[in-house]
Amino acid sequence: MNTTRSLASQILLLFVIIAVCVFPFYWMVTTSLKTQIVALEAPPVWIFEPTLNNYREALFEDGVLRTLINSLIIAISTTVLAIVLGVPAAFALARFEFRGKKDLWFWFITNRMVSPIVLALPFFLIARNLGMLDKHITLILIYLTFNLPIVIWIVTDQFRGIPYDLDEAARLEGASQFTIMRKICLPLAMPGVAVSAIFSFIFSWNELMFGLILTRSEAKTAPAMAVSFMEGYNLPYGKIMATSTLIVIPVLIFALLASKQLVRGLTMGAVK
Amino acid sequence: MRGQVSRRTVIGFIAPAVFGLAIVGIAPLLYAAWTSLHFFNLIKLKQVKFIGLENYWTVLTDEVFWQAMGRTFFLLCTALPLQLALGLGIALVLHKPGLTILKTLARLSLVLPMATTYAVVGLLGQVMFNQKFGVINQMLGGANINWIGDPTNAFAMIIFWDVWQWTPFVALVLLAGLTMVPGEVEEAARLETKSWWTVLRYVQLPFLLPGLVAVLILRTADTLKLFDMVFTLTRGGPGAATEFISLMIQRVGFRGFDQGLASAQAIILLIITIILAQIYIRVFYKEV
Repeated sequence: MNTTRSLASQILLLFVIIAVCVFPFYWMVTTSLKTQIVALEAPPVWIFEPTLNNYREALFEDGVLRTLINSLIIAISTTVLAIVLGVPAAFALARFEFRGKKDLWFWFITNRMVSPIVLALPFFLIARNLGMLDKHITLILIYLTFNLPIVIWIVTDQFRGIPYDLDEAARLEGASQFTIMRKICLPLAMPGVAVSAIFSFIFSWNELMFGLILTRSEAKTAPAMAVSFMEGYNLPYGKIMATSTLIVIPVLIFALLASKQLVRGLTMGAVK
Repeated sequence: MRGQVSRRTVIGFIAPAVFGLAIVGIAPLLYAAWTSLHFFNLIKLKQVKFIGLENYWTVLTDEVFWQAMGRTFFLLCTALPLQLALGLGIALVLHKPGLTILKTLARLSLVLPMATTYAVVGLLGQVMFNQKFGVINQMLGGANINWIGDPTNAFAMIIFWDVWQWTPFVALVLLAGLTMVPGEVEEAARLETKSWWTVLRYVQLPFLLPGLVAVLILRTADTLKLFDMVFTLTRGGPGAATEFISLMIQRVGFRGFDQGLASAQAIILLIITIILAQIYIRVFYKEV
């Protein structure tokens, strides 16, 4: 009797957890399918005739499609760049002994914690002086400040897990360190590289503040676009939620794919 | 010896990353340090001049700066205990054996809030907490609460979303800790006592500690960084009720155009962050 009750309360609790996590997404998607008139009904209605109008208008008339493409270009480029720059450094941190290793490590970690506003002020002035405002490349570069550290941490961790015997054998054959990394260790470290790529993509895709400060129209990112709907008196709630849905769906898919490594990545490997 | 390679090899491997991060991470900071020593206003660029530490003096004696700092830590001190308590509860429920499918489903749902674009969380907040047609007031039995326009309520709403987004993180970190407890040890303990609290305190807690410290430090850093969600939800308002430190610096620098003062504030925030990172690295990366 007691165990049935405890089981029932456990099931109830689990349903509450799931409901609380998922409900905002349910509300976002249903609101995005409402016409402006239905969206502004008070109290809100739960059953209505859905329409895809908000998506059509947002994507093709207001230019959300272009901002999504901008976000995609920026997130993918910065991720690729972070991996190209980060993987060799991760290999060195995992495999070599050298002076200043600790300081290097510390510097990478500090970068993860620095508030973006600290960098946004000087970056804005520098970009303005160099005529680099509203350019994709500016965001691609600035996103390295958080992507490069995360790639380096995750991949260093992964390289550490690969036994030395493999590279020693290769070294006896006369292979260079670079060849050892590329031909032997990198293929084995691919899972870590993939996870760090997913993280880097999610962080860049989700970023708002730099996008807001450093872009105007040409390189405007999707989150910055969603925010720009918030101006004026009669807010187009359906359209805002349609844009939000379009922004959120890719990250949710990626996050679910990497769900097993999410905690490890977010704590920089402090929690396995 | 293992790991001994020539200096040149080391440089070859780390130079690209160091160079990349120096350009985007260090050069701007040096520029910010330079700006912070000047009178530097975006709409009075002709009058830029060196004023030494005056900006720093202004910041350190500025009530608004310390209020924003206090507000930021107040948010941390209200949201974090909630996240820890709820997160621990969720972790303990998920750690119990049985109901595998439902628990997997719950674990996957927990991933969603953490990954959600912060700006979207803020936009969702606008829609769900709207006084007239918001679903939250409807769920509260047709209440007529002004969430966004009232200072206290707006703050509560920010706490709500912070808790919604980051409790899952705490829960999953603690769950990872719980699964580290060797099965035999936990079973033996459960045979000894019926009290879950005793098991938690004496058997599981040691395994939870690293995760707890990580949560503490990372949530502190993230609260100092908090910008996107609050900006889209309240813009720091009403008044300055939800103006946390990053929002305040953004306002001073970009809406007040005083880059010199904002840079000094940013440098002070940076120093606080570096101290925090020091603690983090001391605790976690002893082996490096």
